[in-house]
Amino acid sequence: MRALTRALHLDMVLLSGLVFLMLVGLVALYSASGESIDTLYRQAVRLGVAFTALLVMAQIPADNLKRWSPWIYAMGIGLLVVVLVMGEMGKGAQRWLDLGVVRFQPSELMKLAVPMMVAWYLADRPLPPRLWEVVAAGLLALVPMLLIARQPDLGTALLVGAAGLLVVFLAGIRWRIIVGLSALALVALPVLWHFMRPYQRQRVLTLLNPESDPLGAGYHIIQSKIAIGSGGFYGKGWLNGTQSQLEFLPERSTDFIFAVYAEEFGLLGVLLMLSLYALVILRGLYIAVKAQEAYARLLAGSISLTFFVYLFVNTGMVTGLLPVVGVPLPLVSYGGTSMVTLLAAFGILMSIHSHRRLLAR
Amino acid sequence: MGAAGRVSVPRRRARSAVCSPGRRTPQVHRPFVDRGLQLHSSPMAVRQAIKNHQQEQRLFFVRVVIILLVIILLFGLLVTRLTYLQVVNYSHFSTLSQNNRVRLEAVPPPRGLIYDRNGVVLAENRPSYQLEVILEQVQDLDDTLARLADLLSLEEADLTRFRRALRGKRPFQSVPLKLNMSDEAVALFAVNRHLFPGVDIQARLARHYPLGDEMGHVVGYVGRIDEREMARIDTRNYSGTTHIGKLGVERFYEEVLHGQVGYQKVEVNAQGRVLRVLERVAPVPGQDLVLSLNTGLQVAARQALEGRNGAIVAMDPHTGEVLALVSKPSFDPNLFVHGVSTQDFNALREDRGQPLFNRALSGQYPPGSTIKPMVGLAALEHGVTTAARTMYARGYYTLPNDERRYRDWRRQGHGLVNLDKAIAQSSDVYFYDLGYRLGIDRMAPFLAQFGIGRTTGLDTTSERPGLLPSREWKRATQNMPWFPGETLIVTIGQGYMLATPLQMASMTSTLATRGMRMRPRLLRGIIEPDAGDLRLTQPVPEPPVVLSREEHWDQVHQPLVNTVHATNGTAYWSTGRHISGYTLAGKTGTSQVFGLGQDEEYDEEGLAQHLHDHALFIGYAPAEAPIIALAVIAEHGGSGGRVAAPIARRVLDYYLLEEAR
Repeated sequence: MRALTRALHLDMVLLSGLVFLMLVGLVALYSASGESIDTLYRQAVRLGVAFTALLVMAQIPADNLKRWSPWIYAMGIGLLVVVLVMGEMGKGAQRWLDLGVVRFQPSELMKLAVPMMVAWYLADRPLPPRLWEVVAAGLLALVPMLLIARQPDLGTALLVGAAGLLVVFLAGIRWRIIVGLSALALVALPVLWHFMRPYQRQRVLTLLNPESDPLGAGYHIIQSKIAIGSGGFYGKGWLNGTQSQLEFLPERSTDFIFAVYAEEFGLLGVLLMLSLYALVILRGLYIAVKAQEAYARLLAGSISLTFFVYLFVNTGMVTGLLPVVGVPLPLVSYGGTSMVTLLAAFGILMSIHSHRRLLAR
Repeated sequence: MGAAGRVSVPRRRARSAVCSPGRRTPQVHRPFVDRGLQLHSSPMAVRQAIKNHQQEQRLFFVRVVIILLVIILLFGLLVTRLTYLQVVNYSHFSTLSQNNRVRLEAVPPPRGLIYDRNGVVLAENRPSYQLEVILEQVQDLDDTLARLADLLSLEEADLTRFRRALRGKRPFQSVPLKLNMSDEAVALFAVNRHLFPGVDIQARLARHYPLGDEMGHVVGYVGRIDEREMARIDTRNYSGTTHIGKLGVERFYEEVLHGQVGYQKVEVNAQGRVLRVLERVAPVPGQDLVLSLNTGLQVAARQALEGRNGAIVAMDPHTGEVLALVSKPSFDPNLFVHGVSTQDFNALREDRGQPLFNRALSGQYPPGSTIKPMVGLAALEHGVTTAARTMYARGYYTLPNDERRYRDWRRQGHGLVNLDKAIAQSSDVYFYDLGYRLGIDRMAPFLAQFGIGRTTGLDTTSERPGLLPSREWKRATQNMPWFPGETLIVTIGQGYMLATPLQMASMTSTLATRGMRMRPRLLRGIIEPDAGDLRLTQPVPEPPVVLSREEHWDQVHQPLVNTVHATNGTAYWSTGRHISGYTLAGKTGTSQVFGLGQDEEYDEEGLAQHLHDHALFIGYAPAEAPIIALAVIAEHGGSGGRVAAPIARRVLDYYLLEEAR
């Protein structure tokens, strides 16, 4: 077994964390989908595809990825533009390209391409980066972010931006630059607010306080809080969550699946699930710290931390800590494309860990 | 040498040149610190050109530790939140979930009413019963629908609409299945209600237009929100609303009329029936509109058209308020409120009179001789004629070096005419001559000042711009040069020139007010929801027409009075001699529908009705101090003097004599 995983460039710790999370996800999905075997089957197929992506990525040494980074990035930007232009013409959904067999979202590619590109850009330079290098790296993240926001897909845009910024942070950006840029952003906010139209302001306020809009976004949050809270410490039991089974909870298979899980498995189950997530994140960061080259280090760090960001944005939203932004719960929510990206990213982590050279220190 | 010790060569020579190699690695042996933090105290000079891998690794490690602390903090926050929800407030949420029979309903705001200027109701809300379905509480939808179809008469249209509405709904939103139910149907369902869980009758307000087709074109109508509108509106604010303004004032003032949605929390039993209201946030009703229309005048104007199709627009020249806006034939807007049946709609669409076509705003007609007063003003302003100048007007006009004869409508001509006679008798030849002297490049900009060729900006839908031809316009649209003969045709309002009845009324207002221009409008005011006071809208001034000499206005006004009241005026025998009690200033027009050849005669008897000329009249009254300006067009009516002017007189008689009484 050990030999096999080594040959396949897999990391057992990371792998078991991921597999357990997926299993937990399938259990929750079965309940959330109203005990639909069909849904479960489709999700399992997706997981299979995504797992293949993991296997493939694990075989590619980080050096190759590094070399390809600018090309992948450029291609991603090109595809984003194509999608935008096609969307302008078609007046329809502007997120995906129809390749006949599968629909492909370039924004998903960017979730990986942006940290890769920023890491590529910074890796060969002396770190910490200088101010203008930070600005350049920021632009590398900002351009795809804006393109994705135009689709409009604010959630993904923010995640892509976060992946890029995390690389910059890990690269050791100086504190005074962080403080300076944060101050700049703080100053810009009221100015931006001033130039917004009343309806735009209303939208922002609703985002920040969804309970003020019980017919729209607030409905989700109210129902989701009831589901979680009524789960209690031990939960109502699998398939016994009234909020989800009676369909009070919207989007229960996708963005709000955490609430279904929390209702049926209680705080105890949630803590177990969070431990699995913590395991994956910690292992990812360990791999990053152990990585030998700046590029691999930065990329691995960013991937692990982005994973945490997904987790926190989703659970924060479902528990009413954060505004409602459509971000799925990683590895658990029903849905295809993001799963592939996610597991491909973990494939990269495994590759980084397993392709280390033996060094004479 | 391993990777950790490898030195990567800097890409940019410039930077390595600045840093001398002698300053290498003063920090390598420093204790384990985040270099980013440390650099606050160390000068930039120590900045390295060459990567220091061990140091970078440490820096990275420190960053990971920092972010790990943040992650632990956020995890702690999340667990605290979950504990708060699942342990501290468990009983609260547990109760809520057990009682999650609490349903949130949108309460649509009542739509604002529409009144005319005298308080006559033009659009109101009437209670109507509709059958609604809450999908989540129906066990078997197909079975339920089949049984309902047996019980009530469900039409195919109801079902398609219902299925479409199902797609965009929120959880537990009730979706209307059958609208505007009869009392019998309501009673029939009430008796069998227990057989249909999730289905119930709701009393809603439905739009009603008491005046029917009198106001159809102006007020417009509301209809069910369609998919295109769904994409445009704020779906939250419309979550209880089924109808939206589709046409006319109803559409233009949709935002004012609609109001703000309210909601209520209701407790429902297992079948989804509402037991009681727990909490209610009342909707903010839409605001009531007071239009400038005068219903009495509108009705009188439509009657005045008698059997003819056409349009009448009457305005207050000083404020731009539209008093009457008639397009005939019209349609009953009530047909559209509950979804017009295919049969009714086809009947309307295939009607040869085109009742759905708003002639007053979208009808673009050659203005004919009604344009002459403006051309006369242009000629006075540019000094190509004076009030005193006379010419001999024969039965035709020719341009120098051109064989073609531009004929006068009167075969024998008008003899010796000055400007006054030329307008009052509508001499074409006199105006051909003015056109020749003026040229299109001076005439078009002057006419543009009266708003021809551009929408007036009336606050409703369907307005079209008409057409003011010019050299540039022809070059741009047809890529053809402008021919001098075309200028002549413009002076008698034929050829390319087109104007809507609304534009003609607005142009007449400008004449009446000696150049002051107000944007035409239908909204007189909005009723303040709380106080109930009428908040009047302010007139919107447009750039005025300023003449070099004030007396030029008089020199055109007098012939307009003579047109009606002098024995040789074109409207005297049909109209002027019957008027008593006020003075009318006006101009007749007859606009060609059917082009005549060089030597052909217009023969009304020999031509099919739909090729007969349009009869036009513009005018304002009383001539000394105008309070109303109007434009009348009777389609295929023939002569403006014989047909359109008497129509205008009947309208004015009502407004100035009957109503005043």
